[in-house]
Amino acid sequence: MEAYLDNSATTRVLDSVKEIMIKTMTEDFGNPSSLHKKGVDAEHYVKAAREEIAKTLKAKPAEIIFTSGGTESNNMAIIGTALANRRRGKHIITSTIEHASVYNVFGFLEEEGFRVSYVPVDEHGHLRLDELEKVLDDETILVSVMYVNNEIGSVNPVGEIAKLVRAKAPRALVHVDAIQAYGKFRINPKQLGIDLLSVSAHKIHGPKGIGFLYIKEGTKIRPILFGGGQQKGMRSGTDNVPGAAGLGVAAREMYNDFDKKTDYLYHIKEMFIEKLGTIEGTRVNGLTGRDSAPHVVSVSFDGVRSEVLLHALEDKGVYVSSGSACSSNHPAVSGTLKGIGVEKEYLDATLRFSFSIFTTEAEIEYCIQCLSELLPMLRRYRRM
Amino acid sequence: MVQVFLIKYAEIAIKGKNRYLFEDALVRQMRRALYKIDGQFKVFKESGRVYVKAEGHFDYDETVDCLQKIFGIVAICPIVQKSKMNFEELKKEVLAHIDSEYPDKNFTFKVFCRRVDKSFPMESNDVNAALGEAILEAFPETKVDVHDPEVKINVELRPTLVNIYSKSLPGQGGMPAGTSGKATLLLSGGIDSPVAGYMIAKRGVTLDAVYFHAPPYTSERAKEKVVDLAKLVAVYTGPIRLHVINFTEIQLYIYDQCPHDELTIIMRRYMMRIAEMIAKESDSLGLITGESLGQVASQTIQSLAVTNEVCTLPVYRPLIAFDKDDIVKVAKKINTFETSILPYEDCCTIFVAKHPVTKPIVKAIAKSELNLAEKIDEMVARALETREIIDVEA
Repeated sequence: MEAYLDNSATTRVLDSVKEIMIKTMTEDFGNPSSLHKKGVDAEHYVKAAREEIAKTLKAKPAEIIFTSGGTESNNMAIIGTALANRRRGKHIITSTIEHASVYNVFGFLEEEGFRVSYVPVDEHGHLRLDELEKVLDDETILVSVMYVNNEIGSVNPVGEIAKLVRAKAPRALVHVDAIQAYGKFRINPKQLGIDLLSVSAHKIHGPKGIGFLYIKEGTKIRPILFGGGQQKGMRSGTDNVPGAAGLGVAAREMYNDFDKKTDYLYHIKEMFIEKLGTIEGTRVNGLTGRDSAPHVVSVSFDGVRSEVLLHALEDKGVYVSSGSACSSNHPAVSGTLKGIGVEKEYLDATLRFSFSIFTTEAEIEYCIQCLSELLPMLRRYRRM
Repeated sequence: MVQVFLIKYAEIAIKGKNRYLFEDALVRQMRRALYKIDGQFKVFKESGRVYVKAEGHFDYDETVDCLQKIFGIVAICPIVQKSKMNFEELKKEVLAHIDSEYPDKNFTFKVFCRRVDKSFPMESNDVNAALGEAILEAFPETKVDVHDPEVKINVELRPTLVNIYSKSLPGQGGMPAGTSGKATLLLSGGIDSPVAGYMIAKRGVTLDAVYFHAPPYTSERAKEKVVDLAKLVAVYTGPIRLHVINFTEIQLYIYDQCPHDELTIIMRRYMMRIAEMIAKESDSLGLITGESLGQVASQTIQSLAVTNEVCTLPVYRPLIAFDKDDIVKVAKKINTFETSILPYEDCCTIFVAKHPVTKPIVKAIAKSELNLAEKIDEMVARALETREIIDVEA
């Protein structure tokens, strides 16, 4: 049996996504920039996708810019707004548990002369609003926070964060990395007060190599890629028609029967956590109820190194991620786990299990069964 | 324009009656290597010389790089090769060669003629003098220095050919692959063992390799890394047969049955035993390890004595007296370093004790191994049976 429980890393593409991608690669393969009919036909797919996506966010199609994925969306949002607004101020804010594609961009801008504040999180992985309030000032031009944390599934109160930013630094922009949240939560950026929102397709059963950035109409931002001026000059480069078409279909599918799908995910998650409770020496990091993401569970194990457990599970056909990429030579300890105060001995003993609508109860049972078989054996043999 | 390379080899030239075997092996290795690069090449022997001739378009840098990786070649001289000619024609060719190869004419030189073709009307020294004069006249910035010239212009007048060259690019040295039998390398994912394999192969030895895999403690990627390393070494050595042994069961059994501080040394002994079994079944005449004296607990002079004791085949340890820095230098030169330092755990370190024995005694270790008597033979047999064989080519 096989159990793919690494859906926060990537997901299986939907059949309907695959169909439309093949069609746009083999039949309607034109370049939307071409003047002839082949180009126009291809353009229809991109336009339709943009409309589908806009609908899921209650946004305007013109507010959706296609990118090569989450990393580019985050780079475009942060660098693009920081550069466009630097005359107003050079202070930018983010949290201590961001994904590398945000965190490292802030590092880059810090080197380029921006002043960066890193706001800590509480034990649940939520941004500390009191700490945020302290650092917001007249110079602040951007606040970037993640919606759902990729390692522990904590959900930031992005609406409250945006409200606080508006109150204390009315001209600052709010960027939300929603790569783990889109498709799992109903998101209305306008109501929430979000100016920019990053999304990646392959986390929602779409293809790799495509994503989008929502940019609220009127937001002051400049492009970071230059060329033929596609997408109104905001993102040059030949349109990725199969990618955009695939993403459009995936987005529509995710928000179709939305409540049923999220209920199912929470059901799977609750089942996993409940059964995990019967295994000795395990503990779940972060919150577990409806106030957490429906598809991510972070678990620390007593006396087992995550990498060894991961490979032992792999051997049984169970695929998961280590909570922090780690090896004996180069300990690269997770910022998130540290940020929420996980003890040192557990930092290297944590796995992430993540689910999707394809995850079955049988897979969960199988995974639990494998864990209860493997853990006693692995705990017997330890480094001395 | 250079279309021909003169290949110089040193040690093979002194091999007496076996000489043709070595030369043929060298030609074979050159053909095999050149086959993979852009262009059509002819490799041929002509009166005790080996030449590479490019037919039509070829990439000069890629060709030199390829030849520089072949064991047995001491130097590679890009030459202008023409058929027999008179002195006036020769002068023109030499001047053209200098003009195209040396844009900056500010150098000292010497002409060195070898007249193999005794029917050529001038003697070597006359050719030297006449050509020297012509060069000075054509390029007034140049100067003659017969003792320590910056550029030595070689002119070879052979029975049917004329060779003109002035550059000599260093080769690997050593002896052609496949001229000295076979040995089995214990290959880990580290820095040392690929270097050890390279060094022994440089003496003409064909390599087999053994890797000890310990899932789930070592990952699939650690294995991939070893395959990648074997590939990099194979660039020099030719194809390598890699035996991947699943070592987990044996390792855990040792963990259960023996004192923890002896774990590594006993494990090493079983690795050597298994490697020797593989070596013997495939006609290898020796084992190769990357051990370096005193580098870690299992490589003290006492530990080496204890691991060596289980082997009957000679164990070659070319790095035995190398400092780590020197090993790293070779690893960088042969391009294995960057792969070696990828951070995947190897099976020697997963259960390593905080204070492993550094001065083990054979008797004591052998006594501890008695605790394994019940199951170890079947486990070793199983490890050999379930091995994965990967034929690695560059």
